[in-house]
Amino acid sequence: MASETLDIEFRGVSKRYGDVTAVHPTDFAVPKGAFIALLGPSGCGKTTCLRMIGGFEQPTTGQVLIGGADMAEVPPYRRPVNMVFQHYALFPHFDVSANVAYGLRQVRPRLTSSEIARRTADALAMVQLAGFGKRKVHELSGGQQQRVALARALVNRPSVLLLDEPLAALDKKLRTDMQIELQNLQRELGITFVLVTHDQEEALSMSDVVCVMNGGRIVQLGAPDEIYDRPADRFVAAFVGKTNFLDGTVVENGGNAARIRLANGMEIGARLTGGGAPGAAVSVSLRPEALRLGAATGETGLGGIIRNRIFLGSTAEYAIEVPGLGTLLATADHDAARSDLLRPGDEVAISFNPGAPLAFPVADNKTTQRETSHVEVLS
Amino acid sequence: MSSAARKRLVTALLLAPAAVWLFLFLVLPFAAIVVFSLGERAPAGGYAPALTLAQYANLPARATAFWNTLVLAPAGALACLLIAYPVAYYLALKVLPQRRLLLVALIVIPFWTSLLIRTYAWMYILGARGIPAFLELVGLPEMRFINTPGAVLLGIVYGYLPLMILPIYISLERLDRRLLEASADLGATPFSTFFSVTLRLSLPGMMTGFSLVLILLLGEYLIPTLLGGGKVFFIGNALVDLFLQSRNWPFGSAIAVALVAITVVLLLAANRLTARLSGARQVDLL
Repeated sequence: MASETLDIEFRGVSKRYGDVTAVHPTDFAVPKGAFIALLGPSGCGKTTCLRMIGGFEQPTTGQVLIGGADMAEVPPYRRPVNMVFQHYALFPHFDVSANVAYGLRQVRPRLTSSEIARRTADALAMVQLAGFGKRKVHELSGGQQQRVALARALVNRPSVLLLDEPLAALDKKLRTDMQIELQNLQRELGITFVLVTHDQEEALSMSDVVCVMNGGRIVQLGAPDEIYDRPADRFVAAFVGKTNFLDGTVVENGGNAARIRLANGMEIGARLTGGGAPGAAVSVSLRPEALRLGAATGETGLGGIIRNRIFLGSTAEYAIEVPGLGTLLATADHDAARSDLLRPGDEVAISFNPGAPLAFPVADNKTTQRETSHVEVLS
Repeated sequence: MSSAARKRLVTALLLAPAAVWLFLFLVLPFAAIVVFSLGERAPAGGYAPALTLAQYANLPARATAFWNTLVLAPAGALACLLIAYPVAYYLALKVLPQRRLLLVALIVIPFWTSLLIRTYAWMYILGARGIPAFLELVGLPEMRFINTPGAVLLGIVYGYLPLMILPIYISLERLDRRLLEASADLGATPFSTFFSVTLRLSLPGMMTGFSLVLILLLGEYLIPTLLGGGKVFFIGNALVDLFLQSRNWPFGSAIAVALVAITVVLLLAANRLTARLSGARQVDLL
């Protein structure tokens, strides 16, 4: 991709604090107008990446480019990006208007005060806070403060908006509303949004591209459904969405049609990612919604006893004890969740589509875990 | 007993010792001073009952003491503020956290020695056998430092600087660093960030330090005595003179009441100013 169609580009960017590596050498590019989410557990390096884009951290090696220009010598106040900070970082000594107008007052040559007033009012209207200008920041609710932070960051019309865990402090209902609002805002403005979050639901629901990070590295970069359906390794499968992991060994490595023997001796077909010779230990991921529950038939399939039912309204989750495999989580849809057939204590048969199981080499998992604990001290 | 009544009783019991103390040693003595200030000097010294404002009418007789105090105390507090701010800023925002405690300790350590002794030391340093003697030795003309307003000001800054540094340090140390980043992110240069964010948000600390030092300086007695040598005297020195030497209690009382009035007015003004500048949130002075 040519540089002029890219808003942000990392070229071999790494960041070390003393002996601790927060970000390993990383390359990635964000095209203009994209909504990208950096997703990962705390200490995975996602916030460090965001802060390097904002200019609050300097990369140890490599280059950060914004709009094709190297940012090495450019301080935060000269970068064409703005940030919505975690916990908003609103100025407590200013009212809402003054907070939003802050960026406009820094513009040189100076804007006229009527221009500042007009653009401040526009920005407040954009986040549905028209008329709130004279309020004190501490008089606002969390959701309103969030909107002020958004208006303040957007008022200077940045080419990239950085969002650091912007919804973490909001309750669930408000968070869903804000997710929709952010998505609409991004489409209307057409500017690039870079979102940092540890909440996989937030990342999947809002962004066009999800960049999953772990242990200071990008593990997978792709569209949300791709990340969910085709995780690159066991870490991604575990981190994004819920899943069941079953221990097994490779019988035959056919790639997309590998044969895996599970711990209970049963043999299943699975898509094997990352390779593995026959006999190698693998971890098989089976999403709860891929499991179908039915009345026990007595056949020699997969089956178990329902231990718990967690009713969630539109769906229900069942914890099923399967001999030799442990407890599996299965999701039943609205109708099944209301049927009387599935009650704790009942025996059920479990089936799934042949394409559903994904197998990952177990060694993969161990390295990621080690790296995670290594970096965790940073968060 | 209802729970509300019990709560009131507990509150009363908790406050009782302080209330009794304040009544006995602040309210009663102050009432006595007000009563004295309306009286007359007894022929042999002390107080003779009367009801006159004559003592207050006589206040201009001590104008020099008022003038010295009202110039040198605010000037001293201001000098402390200007010197303390960069120190506090450095301590709170620039020093590595692991060295911060040591440096704060270094600021507090002088308090372990009495101010009297430390001011005596300055008497010798500034006196004829101190710096002037050294300057003469290197061939400079004879100079006098001791017993000048400058010497008093220096003693004031020396003695009260730590009291100014600590509150400012605390307010800067509490400052949310993300606000500074947010300011830079929004396009503010470091210079502009300092004036729009850092300075504004450390105002309560500055006002606390300024008020604290100003109150103590308005009643200062020791430093003008030792470094002003009877030539630069404060209201405090006038009070000692009137109560202990000339035994004119009513006039001394009138001066004391005037001093309290001046202090209260200055503090209220400072409080209003801070509240206005730092965003109308209630500011605790001390």
